[in-house]
Amino acid sequence: MIYSDMTRDIRALLDSHGIPPKEVYLDSENSGMVFPEALDAMRAAYLESGQGHPSITHRKGWEAYETLYTSTLELAGAMHCKPDEIAYTHSGTEANNLAIAGLARAAPEGRKKIVISAIEHLSVVFPAEALKEQGFSVVKVPVDREGFVDLDSLAREVNKETLLVSIAPVNHEIGTVQNVRAIIDLVRDRDPGIKVHLDACDAFCKVPLDLEASGVDLASFSSHKIYGPKGAGALYVREGIELKPIIQGQLSTQKLWAGVENVPAIVGFSTAATLMQGHAGEYISRMTGLRDRLINGILETVDDTLLNGPRGAGRSPDNANISVLYCEGEALTIELSLKGVYVSSGSACSSRILEPSHVLLAIHRKYEEAHGSILMKTTPFHTEEEIGYVLSCFPEAVNRIRSLSPFKRGG
Amino acid sequence: MSSRIPLAYNPKVLELFRNPKNLGKMENPDAEALAGSLACGDMVAVYLRIDKQTQVITEAMFESYGCAANIAASSVMTVMAKGKTLEDAWKISWKDISDDLGTLPVVKSHCGILAVGALRRAIRNYFKDKPAPAWLPEKPTPDERHAVEEERLLEVLTKRAKRLEAELNEESPGGEKG
Repeated sequence: MIYSDMTRDIRALLDSHGIPPKEVYLDSENSGMVFPEALDAMRAAYLESGQGHPSITHRKGWEAYETLYTSTLELAGAMHCKPDEIAYTHSGTEANNLAIAGLARAAPEGRKKIVISAIEHLSVVFPAEALKEQGFSVVKVPVDREGFVDLDSLAREVNKETLLVSIAPVNHEIGTVQNVRAIIDLVRDRDPGIKVHLDACDAFCKVPLDLEASGVDLASFSSHKIYGPKGAGALYVREGIELKPIIQGQLSTQKLWAGVENVPAIVGFSTAATLMQGHAGEYISRMTGLRDRLINGILETVDDTLLNGPRGAGRSPDNANISVLYCEGEALTIELSLKGVYVSSGSACSSRILEPSHVLLAIHRKYEEAHGSILMKTTPFHTEEEIGYVLSCFPEAVNRIRSLSPFKRGG
Repeated sequence: MSSRIPLAYNPKVLELFRNPKNLGKMENPDAEALAGSLACGDMVAVYLRIDKQTQVITEAMFESYGCAANIAASSVMTVMAKGKTLEDAWKISWKDISDDLGTLPVVKSHCGILAVGALRRAIRNYFKDKPAPAWLPEKPTPDERHAVEEERLLEVLTKRAKRLEAELNEESPGGEKG
């Protein structure tokens, strides 16, 4: 938040907006809903067993250490890894930064090339690009129109100079589920010395992911993407992989991220992971059903709409990303907000950098298609009735925004 | 879209987004102009009715393809222009619009610039087939140039998009499906 930008009265804005009689939150991409059970567990951790510093030698410290250890065991179970392979951060963004910059700091001579896909999260893109100043090169492997990584291009780009290949198994914006097995096999086959990082923030608990079996070296996780609290993230670092810390300070129970662990948030994170895995069948099937109803409902009732990303099993169970032509996306998010439907857009207008989503441009969407894109994510909390409400609001909202525009179909 | 940061607007922007003034396409306007580009996600059309004797703008309307700030800025621009002579309307600045809206978020100031650019372009268009008055600058003002710059960007982007499209069609025949 840029506070100097806040000279206006945010309270007056909220009052002017009002609280719509019905509200449906579909913006879990940007900030998640939280399992009530996770909040209960966090409350207990704040008040009873997690307020101490887990590496200090007194009873409260040991209580916090025990709480942290219990949560770490749960997370290691959910991630299919060893507890010692988990490095805590406070977000997925921090985990991605640690993976890329931390590996670069420990890079052997001669490995100065970082390979990512063209649709990675900006918390992968930016730290990779920042390394150019230190003599690294960054290659972005193209994807097809549905967002699948072009394996032939990837094969051409990996060689003995490559330090790292970083790919998200599930894309955060268009939900493409990559063939991770094929990617890892391809990289290993070209050169076993190349490290593979998965930005697994959007894959964890939503698509099958077995860290140990996959042979991946590094993987990033984010609590709020699985309906835990914000403020907890983790980097899986396979045993034997050397990273160097990228922030300096007092280390606590671990070696890579200085500062005290956010123990209550980690408790919420592990509670959410346990719930997601314990109810995987039920939750995934509900999210997928609601996702398809949302996608099909909008494509059927609103003219000139395009689905971004693949259909079916190649798509994350929660992701609905639709471009509405002749309709500017930021204006549509506000129109929907007034109706109590909260979504985000890949429009340039809704970003501070005034550029449309690089993911949508990489799948060859035109600029106006990217500007009219709306991203929605279903969760285990959503109901059929709520999705029905969204579908009932959508055509009217689009019609109103289109009615303002000089840019019309055929125009 | 974790890079997307929603912006806090002044309540007046939200009010004008809900109930814009002078919205719509005018039939047979005396002057009109389009500014901005689809590529930038920002486009304003301005329509003016002008009293030929007095050169007073009797009616001003707009259409907008853009964000809430763009819609609000265009609405304010038409309200300010209406009732003014062309010469006085020419003097409306993006700062006037921004101030009227209670200041726009910094990254949205270009919306006010675009609205002014469109108005000035419409006024210039009005004098295309008439002798230009002394107050009309011969060279484009910064607001007008801003509109032109956005359009130039569009040309570059369109060319790039067409090139990509051509490459893709070579690779994979057949269209895409929504």
